[in-house]
Amino acid sequence: MIWRGVAGFIVVLALAFGAFYAWQWRDEIAPVKPPVASSFDPAIVAKGARLAAVGDCAVCHTKAGGKPFAGGFPVQSPFGIIYGSNITPDPQTGIGSWSEEAFRRALREGVTRKGNHLYPAFPYDHFTRVTDDDISALYAYLMTREPVQQRNLPPDLPFPLNIRLSAAAWKLLFLSTGQYQPDRTQSAQWNRGAYLTAGLGHCGACHSPRNSLGAEDNTKAYAGGKGEGWTAPALNSASPAPVPWTADQLYAYLRHGFADEHGHVAGPMQPVVQELARASESDVRAIAVYIASLPGAQNAAQLQQRTKAALQFAQNRNPTVVRRISTTGVAAAPEAQQMHGSADGAAIFAGACASCHHSGGELPISRPIELGLSTPVNEQDPTDFIRIVLDGIHPAPQRHGPIMPGFAGALTDAQIIALAAYVRAQFSRAGPWTHVAETLKAAHKNPEPKSGMP
Amino acid sequence: MNARRDFGMTRRHLLATGGVVLVSFTLAPRTLHAQTGQNRQPQVQLPGSLQKSPMLDSWIAIDGAGKITVFTGKAELGQGIMTALIQCAAEELDVPPATITLITADTARTPNEGYTAGSHSMQDSGTAIVNAAAQVRAILVDLAAKKLNMAADQLATKQGAVVAKNGAKVQYKDLVGGLDLHVAAQPNSPLKSPKDFTVIGRSLPRVDIPGKLTGKPMFVQDLRLDGMLHARVVRPPNYHARLIKLEADAIEKMPGVVKVVREGSFLAVVAQDEFQAIEAMNALSAAAQWQVPADLPEQANIFDYLKSLQTRDTTVLEKGTVGQPGARRLQATYHRPYGLHGSIGPSCAIAKFAGDRLTVWTHTQGVFPLRNALADMLHIPKENIRCIQVEGSGCYGHNAADDAAADAALIARTIPGRPIRVQWMREQEHGWEPFGPAMSSQVSAALDDRGKLLEWQYEVWSNTHSTRPAGPAGNLLAARYLEQPFPEPPPKAIPMPEGGGDRNSIPKYALPNARIVYHFIPQMPLRVSALRALGAYHNVFAIESFMDELAAEAKADPVAFRLRHIDDERARAVIEKAAKEFGWKANEKRPRWRGRGFAFAQYKNLAAYCALAVEVHVVRETGEVKLDRIVAAVDSGQAVNPDGIRNQIEGGIVQAASWTLCEEVTFSRTTITSRDWSSFPMMRFPAAPQTVEVHVIDRPGAPFLGTGEAGQGPTAGAIANAVADAIDARIRTLPLSPARVKAAIGV
Amino acid sequence: MIQLNVNGHMHQVDADPRTPLLYVLRNELKLNAAKFGCGLGQCGACTVLIDHEPVFSCLLPISVIDGRYIQTVEGLGSEEKPGPVQRAFLAEQAAQCGYCIPGMMMRAQALLERNAAPSDEQIRDYMAPNLCRCGTHMRILRAVKHAAQLMTAAGHGALREASK
Repeated sequence: MIWRGVAGFIVVLALAFGAFYAWQWRDEIAPVKPPVASSFDPAIVAKGARLAAVGDCAVCHTKAGGKPFAGGFPVQSPFGIIYGSNITPDPQTGIGSWSEEAFRRALREGVTRKGNHLYPAFPYDHFTRVTDDDISALYAYLMTREPVQQRNLPPDLPFPLNIRLSAAAWKLLFLSTGQYQPDRTQSAQWNRGAYLTAGLGHCGACHSPRNSLGAEDNTKAYAGGKGEGWTAPALNSASPAPVPWTADQLYAYLRHGFADEHGHVAGPMQPVVQELARASESDVRAIAVYIASLPGAQNAAQLQQRTKAALQFAQNRNPTVVRRISTTGVAAAPEAQQMHGSADGAAIFAGACASCHHSGGELPISRPIELGLSTPVNEQDPTDFIRIVLDGIHPAPQRHGPIMPGFAGALTDAQIIALAAYVRAQFSRAGPWTHVAETLKAAHKNPEPKSGMP
Repeated sequence: MNARRDFGMTRRHLLATGGVVLVSFTLAPRTLHAQTGQNRQPQVQLPGSLQKSPMLDSWIAIDGAGKITVFTGKAELGQGIMTALIQCAAEELDVPPATITLITADTARTPNEGYTAGSHSMQDSGTAIVNAAAQVRAILVDLAAKKLNMAADQLATKQGAVVAKNGAKVQYKDLVGGLDLHVAAQPNSPLKSPKDFTVIGRSLPRVDIPGKLTGKPMFVQDLRLDGMLHARVVRPPNYHARLIKLEADAIEKMPGVVKVVREGSFLAVVAQDEFQAIEAMNALSAAAQWQVPADLPEQANIFDYLKSLQTRDTTVLEKGTVGQPGARRLQATYHRPYGLHGSIGPSCAIAKFAGDRLTVWTHTQGVFPLRNALADMLHIPKENIRCIQVEGSGCYGHNAADDAAADAALIARTIPGRPIRVQWMREQEHGWEPFGPAMSSQVSAALDDRGKLLEWQYEVWSNTHSTRPAGPAGNLLAARYLEQPFPEPPPKAIPMPEGGGDRNSIPKYALPNARIVYHFIPQMPLRVSALRALGAYHNVFAIESFMDELAAEAKADPVAFRLRHIDDERARAVIEKAAKEFGWKANEKRPRWRGRGFAFAQYKNLAAYCALAVEVHVVRETGEVKLDRIVAAVDSGQAVNPDGIRNQIEGGIVQAASWTLCEEVTFSRTTITSRDWSSFPMMRFPAAPQTVEVHVIDRPGAPFLGTGEAGQGPTAGAIANAVADAIDARIRTLPLSPARVKAAIGV
Repeated sequence: MIQLNVNGHMHQVDADPRTPLLYVLRNELKLNAAKFGCGLGQCGACTVLIDHEPVFSCLLPISVIDGRYIQTVEGLGSEEKPGPVQRAFLAEQAAQCGYCIPGMMMRAQALLERNAAPSDEQIRDYMAPNLCRCGTHMRILRAVKHAAQLMTAAGHGALREASK
């Protein structure tokens, strides 16, 4: 009897697996001869270039010091490392033999030309929203790049995730295909922004929380997430930015990497902004308008009040003339932790940070914004602050952009913890951070990967 | 030597009697001549700086122990001039270089050689020292001849001694008893034959490097005088801002603060310790309120703006007739942005007032001119001021060295007796130094039907390339902000043949018909002055870019096209040498996005010859230019120190590559916005060329040709040509930044 | 009073604990090699080693040193007895004005303590924080390579221990 039960179970299992196997099966799409560049309309190629910039394709498909789009960038996931693939039109190692149909299927369904499943580190859960026309343009753009012969690296994943079928199982659970559906109650610009943010821009990939199997939690879209060892702050009403974001500030930030009420771009967002500089201006504006709308309708007077209060606080807390005269040099907030010896946060700030993060009055210096306005200082989680203190901020070689040296190696963990406590108390109205030591330990273990794309 | 007694002394008179050496100082030469009736100003041309300072003891002194001191009015700026000058003296004096002490620019001790600038040091000072040394050697030989009772032509010199064929030998130190070097130089010197050189032509290791590698106090920044205080200056928010309100009481109470100095809109703070001074400076800056006009032009159309200003035009060259119907005609416009010296060490000076005497330790390029300007600013006689040059961080032209000296002097005046050290902050150096002027040029040329240049028309627009403080104080920054501000002196153009904005505006190529016009723009929206190579950087960039455009039009190889138009044998030799060492082949096929470029110029058309071949590849997606290989050939005449020449050319190439690929001073309507290395990026190691080879063509016996700036223009030209070759599009505005290159590439 | 262990010598320093190390090295201890270049951590002229880590001494308050081992160019050797990095820079004549060179040498020292035989690319990447305005880059790169050879030849594998 029991054996019949077992047999039945096995049959059900086999049938289920058979059904799954059949469901997940994708045929190979026949290879094509790499299309010649002249076969594409230059206007479509140019459009593809602007869209590829929105999609940041180059960032994950270019390793540090490598050739653009030739792959090799290590994408960190909680499960292991997946390397960006070669998407140059090289027929052997790239996508040169892919037809547009195969390319479209990869974006929409996460399947290679040969029919293998791709891991969701490639954000097809977002790209599935992209229109046919836009995919055509992206295809035209990528097929007219320089072919580079460079073999793809296998992912570095534990069993059973190293079996590609696991990606299929993931899709079964979490992938919902279908193009973006416009919201008729909103403007065309808002809809454009929503389409780009949800689709090519794949902003939620970092800015939305993920479940234990690494799928975005759609009920908490843009409520903040993680990416490449950094915290990606919430873009919705939970945004930790002291001054509420406006569309103009977002545009400045996304287009130029600096918003005067929020500061300079840093971390994994840096290459994103570098790419967005090449997107069409109207698309970046649309994204800014859409993201600014995420916190929902807000009372204008309240917003103004919040902005004013935040600016006022930041200004008051900046080390200013009179406060400098106190013996500690920098004004200590009443709640700032008073410590002495080598882990005196105020002394560390005065000697290590204040050279740049000071209020020089009219001194014409290219200096950072008031720390009281900084999101990393005001986030719930100290990860971003710790990352910046450890690694600093560096522009791409030979490019403009703020340089902050990293202090890993210069400051001990105890000193960084003291500095964090001081900075938090001094420049934020949020309460003290917890878990600074653990965060620091994790950050040491997991250094940030660098993309090859400036 | 008593420093106090040196003031106002311009002559050293070395008298040696009975083994006792007396150093005495006489008055200025004119007075001396009137008194003694001898040593008349020479009627004939004397070599190099001997023309201005003809007395041998201005250059060389030998004390009773035979110790030789050589004096130069030039300054070590990191170019290795000390080593080369010691080699010159050692060679002609026949002494080991290590036995020579060299004294550099000091108003109390050395000859006045004006500025250490324009690649002139070897031409001026090197030539003077070689000749002075040869004449001193002849005098020593004559003295020895008397002593040995032998004919001078029976004697030779070797290793600090006069030796006779019969083995008799007299050490120089045994001859100083009768030695009087206070004699005028002769027009002709008994120079050694270059084939007998043992010191010149050798790559003697630089004398200043060991100290710099081991933390010796080599720089003015390293001087620590007794009782020294640290000062920092607060500069206004922009050029024409005025201080309207200052509450400095609180700052004066800050720890260590000795004094807040305010004179008009000149603002500074003095403290016991350096970091105290920096913190007080920040506080003082925050406490100052300024009236800030927004009077800078729009950067986006700076070239149109500059061209719209009134100009003073000079025709630099007029030859044949232009405007002829040529077989083929091309025209183009080229631009360069404002450039930055950007010394790695911000400018620094120490000044001390003692009574009515001022001593300034400064890394100026011209101690004597600076002294004049300081005297004007402080209303004291120049004889009361001593300026001592101490090396600073490399300057590459007129940077803020003189301004820092003026700052220190003004502050020191308020605290007599204490040495005051001022060092600028990075943001101040980037924002307030005088920049290399932005320039534009328009060129049009016609080729005949055999592909030879038929005519050439060139117009160039530029501000002055020198606002060096030489007399009126208005060229010292601080002087413009005093209670009684000194007016900015009207700018002057540097006349040809050296030229300023028109430096190297005349191509070295054969031009049957040519017209070259310099539009000198007196009005200076940004503060400008001399930056390494002056106008030559832009003009050579423009000319050499255009030569490639013409070569393409003539379907000729760029190197062959240049050689087709040049007869000068030495010019041909460097072009051929660079091409050969590079392996330049005409019509060579290159893979896509790889390019090569060539350029040539003789600096100022009268100094060193330099040709460059460059290979690059361009990253199509980003517009980044990677420098794969650079091969240069240089002819500096007689090469005194070949490795020194290589170091200068190599450095010039890498620096100019950085200018050409990524550098640009930026500004808003109110202020300079490139304020540090993040807002003004320069080349870092990963982007440095993969290889740089410099081949020195030695010309034994030929005059020294200035080398320090010879590489700048050809580098810009060769890189621009290589990029054009790689991307099949011509970029005529510098820098060739990734954004600009990417825009030229398109998608 | 703060104790500083510089090149193996203990110093008692009576300075404000907030003072960046650079000013104390230069003005109190009269060590000239580390230079002020930008005060912003952008140029590397002030580079020294703290427990063998290259740091910008212009941005490091002495309060945080806490007995850690500070090494400057003066600790690499002297004019009479130059160390391997100094000998290499001398041999390659790797200086023009020389202002940036002490910082370069300290960063090179740190690199070679970690990697006895770095590739050209590794040298370029590691040296990237340090700026040279004279364009001495090619010679500096050669000198670092040369120093690696000198150290290897002298059996400086245990250099890190030796310099402690």
